[in-house]
Amino acid sequence: MRQSWWKILAVVLLLYTIVAGLLMDVPRLPILNETIRALHFHVTMWFGMILMLMVSVYYSFRYLRSNNLQHDDMAIEFTNAAILFGVLGITTGMLWAKFTWGDYWSGDPKQNASAIGLLMYFAYLILRNSLTDVQQRARIGAIYNIFAFAAFIPLIFVLPRLTDSLHPGNGGNPGFNAYDLDSKLRMVFYPAIIGWTLFGAWIATVRVRMRRVQRVLEDQLINS
Amino acid sequence: MKKLITLVLLLASLTVLAQEKIPVTEADYGNNTVEMADRMRADGKIYVLVGIIGIIFTGITVYLVSTERKIAKIEKSITTQK
Repeated sequence: MRQSWWKILAVVLLLYTIVAGLLMDVPRLPILNETIRALHFHVTMWFGMILMLMVSVYYSFRYLRSNNLQHDDMAIEFTNAAILFGVLGITTGMLWAKFTWGDYWSGDPKQNASAIGLLMYFAYLILRNSLTDVQQRARIGAIYNIFAFAAFIPLIFVLPRLTDSLHPGNGGNPGFNAYDLDSKLRMVFYPAIIGWTLFGAWIATVRVRMRRVQRVLEDQLINS
Repeated sequence: MKKLITLVLLLASLTVLAQEKIPVTEADYGNNTVEMADRMRADGKIYVLVGIIGIIFTGITVYLVSTERKIAKIEKSITTQK
C-alpha cells in the first residue's frame, strides 16, 4: 500500500458525491428538473478528462526530453483513462440531452467539437499501434499527443463559445455558469471533480504498473 | 509535491471561467411549480437508488484494489528474481 492516501481520498470523495449529489437539495429549475444533478457526474467527466490529458501532455514532454520509456507509459495510460472518461462523458451527455434538449444529438457545436476531439484521440491510439519500434512509437506518440491537446482545448473551450451553443456558458446561453453562484451545488461539484480525477489517475497508474511489469518480462525473455 | 501544486493551481483557476450569470436564489429551492422527484423522496425510494449506485461504485473500487494488489505481487516476484 505505497502512498495510498489519495486513493482513499478519491473513494471517500466519490461516495460523498454519490450520496450528497443525489440527495442534497438542488435548485428547482424548469426543464432541468432533477437532471441538474448530472452536473456532478457528466460535467465532472470532462473536467477529469482535461486534467488527465494535462498530466499526459506533461509526461509526453518529459519523454521527449529524456527518451525514458517510463514517461511514455504514464503519457499513454493517462490518455487511455482520459479517453474512457471522454466516452463516458459523451454518452452521458447524449442521454441528458435527450431529456432536456429533446434529442440525443442536436449538432450542438460543443457536442460536435467533443466528438471530433475524441476521434483525434482514437487516431492517437491507432497511430501508436501502427508503429512497432517502441522508441519510435513513444516519440511520434508524444509529439502527436502534444499537438492533439493543443487542438483539443480550443476545440471544446474556445470555438463553441464563439457561436451559439446549447451548452451552458457558450454563446448567448449563460446556463450552468449561473449556478457558479450557488454554493450548495459547488459543495458537491468541486469534490466530485477531484474525486473523479483521482479515480481516473488511479486506474491509469494501475495500468502503468502493468505495462512496466510486461516490459520487464519481455526483456527477460529476450535476454534469456 | 510539484504535481500537487500544479493540481491545486489548476483547480483554483477553474473559477475564472465565469461568464454572464443568472443568480440562483433561495426561491429556486422552494419553487414548487417545477416538477421534481418529490414523491420518490417521500416514499423513501431514492435511498434505495443511492444504495444501488453506492454498491456498484464500491464493487468497482474493490475490483480495482484487488487488481492493484495482484500487480503489486507480480512486481515483487520480478524484483526478487533478479
